[in-house]
Amino acid sequence: MKLPIYLDYSATTPVDPRVLDKMLPYLRESFGNPASRSHAFGWEAERAVEAAREEVAALVNADPREIIWTSGATESINLALKGAAHFYRDRGRHLVTVRTEHKATLDTMRELEREGCTVTYLDVNADGLLDLAAFEGSLRPDTILASVMYVNNEIGVIQDIAAIGALCRARGILLHVDSAQATGKVVIDLAALPVDLMSFSAHKTYGPKGVGALYVRRKPRVRLEAQMHGGGHERGLRSGTLPTHQIAGMGEAFRIARLEMGAENERIRALRDRLWAGLSRMEEVYLNGHAERRVAHNLNASFNFVEGESLIMAVKDIAVSSGSACTSASLEPSYVLRALGRSDELAHSSIRFTVGRFTTAEEVDFAVRLLTEKVAKLRSMSPLWEMHQEGVDLNSVQWAAH
Amino acid sequence: MAYSEKLVDHYENPRNVGSFDRNDEAVGTGMVGAPACGDVMKLQIRVNASGVIEDARFKTYGCGSAIASSSLVTEWVKGKTLDQAMQIRNTQIASELALPPVKIHCSILAEDAIKAAIEDYRNKRGAEPAAAATPDRAAA
Repeated sequence: MKLPIYLDYSATTPVDPRVLDKMLPYLRESFGNPASRSHAFGWEAERAVEAAREEVAALVNADPREIIWTSGATESINLALKGAAHFYRDRGRHLVTVRTEHKATLDTMRELEREGCTVTYLDVNADGLLDLAAFEGSLRPDTILASVMYVNNEIGVIQDIAAIGALCRARGILLHVDSAQATGKVVIDLAALPVDLMSFSAHKTYGPKGVGALYVRRKPRVRLEAQMHGGGHERGLRSGTLPTHQIAGMGEAFRIARLEMGAENERIRALRDRLWAGLSRMEEVYLNGHAERRVAHNLNASFNFVEGESLIMAVKDIAVSSGSACTSASLEPSYVLRALGRSDELAHSSIRFTVGRFTTAEEVDFAVRLLTEKVAKLRSMSPLWEMHQEGVDLNSVQWAAH
Repeated sequence: MAYSEKLVDHYENPRNVGSFDRNDEAVGTGMVGAPACGDVMKLQIRVNASGVIEDARFKTYGCGSAIASSSLVTEWVKGKTLDQAMQIRNTQIASELALPPVKIHCSILAEDAIKAAIEDYRNKRGAEPAAAATPDRAAA
C-alpha cells in the first residue's frame, strides 16, 4: 500500500491510464488544430473531437450536437446560467437554486443578482434532499431557470431530477443540472429526463483537469448567449481553439464510464459500506446525508467531540477532506452541512471519504484502523468528550467565545 | 496547511494532557472558546502555597494549531507565579510555533485560557493577594 492512501475521489480522480494513452498522440505527432479545415492535421484533430463528442453524448443518451466543449464544469455552469439569464431576460429575471449547490453555481447566481436578477436559494431537508413541495412553491410567473445539482459533492445525495424537471417543464421553466459528480455514478438519460442544460466535468470521472462539457437541449430548443467570444467555435456558443488532447481524454473517460459503471459501482458500494461498517462501530459517529439516496462512493461522517482539522492532521496517511472551517480561511463550518441542520460541532467534526476505481479493501481496512485509533486519542484530549462522558448537556453550556 | 516542526511536535506529542479535580482548592480551571468556532480549550493550573504554578493540564477541542498552542502554554506556565503567567502573550505563542496568520486566533485563545484559569483560581481563594514576596523563578 502506498501512503498516503487516496480517499478523496470527489475532489479529483487520477487520470485512468487508458485515458492518458488516448490523449498522448494529440500532444505529440497529431497536434493539429481541429478548426484547420484545409489540411490533414486539422481533419485528424477534428475527427478525434467529434468521436469524443459522441462518447460524451452516448453516456447521457443525448445527441452529439447537443454537447458543447468547455474548460470544465465551472465554465459550463457559468455559460448555462449567465447564457440563459441573458438570453431570456425579457421572459423574466427570477432564478431558483439550492443552498447546497457547488460554489460555481452559488457564486454565479450572486453575480446574476448583482446584474439585477432575483434568486431564491432553497433549503434542503436534514437528509440533504430538496423538498419538492417547497421547490414548486418557489416557482413564480417570472422564473426563467432553476439550477439543481444531480449529486452533491460533499454528501453524495442524489436529487430527484426527474420530478424536479417535470415541475419546471409544466411551467416552461428551464432546468440546469450540475452533473459534475454524477457521471459514471448514476445513469443519466437525457432522452427521458426533462432537463434543458447539464454541466459535465472530466476530472471527476478519471479524465484530465481543465476540460468539461455543457449539454444544451435541441428539442425543445434552448438558447444561450455566449460568454466567450472569438471565432464562433461550438456553434457560436463557446469560442476558443479546442484542446484536442483534453477532449480526447474526456471522451475516453466517458466511454469507460459507460461501459464499466455498473460493475464498478457494485464494487465501490461494497468498499464504502465496509468503511462505514468499520467506522460506525465507534460511539457518537453520525452519517451526513440520506443513507440510501446517495452515490456508492461517498461517505460523509461526523465524529462528535473531535475537531475536523485536528482529525485530518492525525490521519495524514489517508487523503480525505473535512467539512471543518479550519481547513478554509473562515471560521465558518461547511455550508452544506449547516444546510442539513447539523450543529456547529458536528459540522466541524466531519470528514468526507470518497472511494473510487483504484481503492482496495486493504486500504479501506487501514483507514478504519487509523480512524479508530486517532479518534480515540483525540477524544482523550477533548474537553467536550470529557463533558459528554460526565453527562453534561453541551447545549446548556454558556461558552466564553471571543 | 504547512506547520512548523515545533507545532507538529506539540500536536503529535502533546504535553500535560489530562485533568485535575476542579474542586481541588489549589486548582484553577479556565474554559474558553465555543464549539461553534471549532475551538474549545480547558486549561487547569495547580498552584502551590507560594503562589507558583507547579503543574498544569489541558484538554482541547480544536485544530492542530489550537492543540499545539494549549500544549505549549502548559509547559510555559509551570514554575511561573500567577503574575508572571499573566504576562504570557499570544504573540509569543504564535512566534514560538510559527503560526500561520489564519491561525493566530488559536494563540489568542490560549492566552485567554491562562487568564481564565488564573482568574478562576483567584476567585476561589477570595481576596488573597496574588503572590507573596516570593523570589521569581521563571521557567523557560
